[in-house]
Amino acid sequence: MSALPADLVETPPLDPERAIEGRSPWQLAWARLRRDRVAIACLIVIVLITVIALAAPLFVYLTGHGPNEEFQTTGLTPDGLPRPPSSTFLFGTDSLGRDVLVRVVYGARISLLSGVLASTAAVIIGVLVGLVGGYFGGFVDTLLARLMDVVLSFPFLLFAIALVSIVGPGLWISIVVIAFFSWASVGRVVRGQTLTLREREYVEAARSLGASDVRIMFVDILPNLIAQVIVYLTLLIPAAVVFEATLSFLGLGVVPPTATWGNMLADSLAYYRVAWWYVLFPGAALLITTLAFNLLGDSVRDAFDPRGDRLFRR
Amino acid sequence: MNRARGERDEVLLRAEGVVKHFSTGRRRSAPVVQAVDDVSLEVRRGETLGLVGETGCGKSTLARCLTRLYELTAGRVVFDGDDLTKLSRRELRPYRRRLQVIFQDPYGSLNPRRRVGSIIGDPFAIHGVAEGKERLRQVQELMDLVGLNAEHYNRFPSEFSGGQRQRIGIARALALRPELVICDEPVSALDVSIQAQVVNLLADLQSELGLTYVFIAHDLSVVRHVSDRIAVMYLGKVVELADARTLFEHPRHPYTAALLSALPVPDPDIADARRRILLTGDVPSPIDPPSGCRFHPRCPKARAECAVTEPLLQARSGDPSTHLTACHFPVADGDELALAARAEPPRTPA
Repeated sequence: MSALPADLVETPPLDPERAIEGRSPWQLAWARLRRDRVAIACLIVIVLITVIALAAPLFVYLTGHGPNEEFQTTGLTPDGLPRPPSSTFLFGTDSLGRDVLVRVVYGARISLLSGVLASTAAVIIGVLVGLVGGYFGGFVDTLLARLMDVVLSFPFLLFAIALVSIVGPGLWISIVVIAFFSWASVGRVVRGQTLTLREREYVEAARSLGASDVRIMFVDILPNLIAQVIVYLTLLIPAAVVFEATLSFLGLGVVPPTATWGNMLADSLAYYRVAWWYVLFPGAALLITTLAFNLLGDSVRDAFDPRGDRLFRR
Repeated sequence: MNRARGERDEVLLRAEGVVKHFSTGRRRSAPVVQAVDDVSLEVRRGETLGLVGETGCGKSTLARCLTRLYELTAGRVVFDGDDLTKLSRRELRPYRRRLQVIFQDPYGSLNPRRRVGSIIGDPFAIHGVAEGKERLRQVQELMDLVGLNAEHYNRFPSEFSGGQRQRIGIARALALRPELVICDEPVSALDVSIQAQVVNLLADLQSELGLTYVFIAHDLSVVRHVSDRIAVMYLGKVVELADARTLFEHPRHPYTAALLSALPVPDPDIADARRRILLTGDVPSPIDPPSGCRFHPRCPKARAECAVTEPLLQARSGDPSTHLTACHFPVADGDELALAARAEPPRTPA
């Protein structure tokens, strides 16, 4: 229907074949991430740990040792002490004659499950609360911001101990506790971003088109802070893993005999002079997992924000 | 711009005593910025009403009041006979389709995280008009209409130039075939060479689609080029309102004359002959506007009365009823001020 004069039509770019489909910020970030060797190494480690956790029953099949099976004769020295690593027990045994390898592998399941679930829940709650507070402002915002302040000022261990003494320990209660103490930090970041984003002209444009508040929040504002949320998520996962380990260590998390890295470390402390493997393997598993997630989180942040200084990057 | 004469008198949008005050603090006693103060004007179907004034005079605030992006402090906005100011957001939705805005900043008004196709398709999505393939077809048609390569719908705003982005904003505003488009400084963020292209595009679209424009700018020459009538604003008030040609040839308000005298003139003889009116002082703060006529502290013609009584916006003696001026001592055609404001040689009767 248009018949514009030729001089009105801007000439198309010289090479229209090449770039008609623009690359999304995601594609650009992924392209940058792929060039980051540390990020790729971390990603491989994380995938490996996940595969191992998923394939835990395979380890039972291969070694013939159940995770909670106690080998009173083969797994303990005549003095009743743990046995060092050998061909039958690759990572040695613990104080009850159980296979440390199989238990570390089963512990990975608990760690990853609680880490991923708790931080995902925390991110979802944090994003919702932050978006609503930041977007609507006023009384709603004041209320939600104060709520986040309260949560952030809670002494989490005391709270966890009190809660567990009422409800009793368990995996799900640990996940709830971790999520409860993690969402507020996400909420704060999202709220702050939303406060600035809602003043952008494109939000006004959406409003002038008649878009609803929900649409503006999720279609116009959320995509602009999702990068930060992803970064936060990758940094929250290791924090949640450590959090879960702490709860288990204190006997507030998953109930023994179910293996977790936290309760293995707690049990091993009494034996660290005689059984280094008992401390080392669950500790190393915890360290490697959190380190991989943290380094990946840093790289993801760099990938989403290429302006950050590259001077000291690899 | 060209339009059928017969339609001219139908009023499409009427602002009646529009007031917009912004509070500067939470307390009730906090000082109030009087961004727009008692503005009344009419926009007739098919015309282009230009709105000019310095930065901060309330042009954009008025535009946002007209579209109810801001809630009015007082007054009414009547669109095609219906009072928009009383409507809830839900009730307002059908009017949103008929009344659109083109924003000033082609960088800020497009969401950087979304593809151009979905930005232009937003109006369809929000009003549930076209889906899937049909929506894409309409989006591409719009891109074609505003002179963009329709195959670029999958790109992001950052991959376009300023002029192209403004075309995207125009396409979005036109998606639902609105009747009235409020152009809030649509070209002031663009290069001069691109400005002409976009202004011409807007003009072509107007005649093609029968649009009505409220065209806001601080650049008088742009406004003159596009407008049928022009309203001059100063410190939240309309000080003069007239046909574009009348305003340029017979400015009545000293502020209008001062603005016109600042326009560059291509003819060196006239440029040498005329004298620029230099206004002294700064624009007073809209928190505490001057008494009486708001322009009086800077006005070369101000007298004692100007500081006391506020002049009404009305036709002055000898002027047609369409030429309204808010001034006690308007500029007469032969005045020094009028000569200084002259941009063209006087028309000699043939």
